[in-house]
Amino acid sequence: MEVPILKQGAYLIASVQSALADAEMIQLRDALVDKVGKFRSRGVIVDVTVLDVVDSFATRTLRDLAHMIRLRGAETVIVGIQPEVAFAMVQLGLTLEGVGTALDLEEGLAFLNQKTQSVE
Amino acid sequence: MIEPEAYLKEPLPAGESDVMLLRELVAHLRRNRTQLREEWARRITQAQLLTAMSKDEIFKEATSVYDNYVEALETGTMEALQTYARDLSERIIPRGVETHEVVGIVLLLRDVLARSLFAKYQADFALLNCILDAYEPAANRIANTVAVGFVQERERIIMEQQEAIRELSTPVLQVRERLLILPIIGAIDPHRARQLTEQLLGAIRTNRAKVVVIDITGVAVIDTNVANHLVQTVEASRLLGATVIVTGLSPKIAQTLVTIGVDLSKMNTVGDLQGGIEEAEKLLAYKVIASSPTADSA
Repeated sequence: MEVPILKQGAYLIASVQSALADAEMIQLRDALVDKVGKFRSRGVIVDVTVLDVVDSFATRTLRDLAHMIRLRGAETVIVGIQPEVAFAMVQLGLTLEGVGTALDLEEGLAFLNQKTQSVE
Repeated sequence: MIEPEAYLKEPLPAGESDVMLLRELVAHLRRNRTQLREEWARRITQAQLLTAMSKDEIFKEATSVYDNYVEALETGTMEALQTYARDLSERIIPRGVETHEVVGIVLLLRDVLARSLFAKYQADFALLNCILDAYEPAANRIANTVAVGFVQERERIIMEQQEAIRELSTPVLQVRERLLILPIIGAIDPHRARQLTEQLLGAIRTNRAKVVVIDITGVAVIDTNVANHLVQTVEASRLLGATVIVTGLSPKIAQTLVTIGVDLSKMNTVGDLQGGIEEAEKLLAYKVIASSPTADSA
């Protein structure tokens, strides 16, 4: 299932709706990296609230995604990681280093507002 | 834990004659109830057992134990006695009665009754032998049942208390909007560390916390495992979008951490809890202003 990407002002919001296969993960990454230029977005929010498993591939793809977006001149924030998921990820050593994280969509927006403001 | 039920279910290996003898024995014990019970209570006092209880209480419990004991001898089933033993343990454990006392009084009763049997059948040695053959296994099983019941009850209480301590030991407190503190006191084992992390992550979610101050002033020693758990907690919290500040690292702990070479570069540390809260307030853009001029400026 394709992940819908919504444009909200200067931000893009990708809200994951179900568990993603590796190929879908890659597809999401490519779509976001592409659209961030097309819409001249300043920030990207990836909402993973529904995911109850985040494996090493997903973590790596999310990290790559954030770094690619940064190279395209925007900020990324991953929101909605569940407590149990966070715990499992850390135990596996998947810590999403260098990637912004926030509690939920609202927090993610606040995070991006702050980040992009300081750039101005 | 010990599971007594299985071996208690099987009936006493009693032949026809044993049954007869047991019946006679029970009749004897019933007839001399008052006298034997008093003798037993006297022996208990003499041996200085159950010092936590008053004389009247000892006598009252002794009566119930005696009756239950005789009944267990008669019926050969331990269920009633088992229930009673558990019930008794529940009543006397909070008063500080020790295992050796409970086992002691049951063994005393066993001795008192055996003595009375000796006295009654001393004339007929063969019959005494038969009577003891019937009496001893049953009496031993009763002693066993009571002791096991007591120990199980104690174990249950200890487990309950451990659970209570565990729950008490990890308070996650909200001090300001979006600011939590987690004071850790005492030793951290892997189990507790895991529980701490889970509780903290849950609290971050429900309180929508942005900053967490973990205060480890009350932690005396720290080892590689605990340090790694701490790092994991910090990282997991970050995944939920919360910043963690660790405060109260004692000089000794700081030395240990550096010596064992734990990577604490991701950890945000501040000297004491006050400093940690001030730092957190800064992160949350709070400003605390005294409502009245302080003494030195007045």
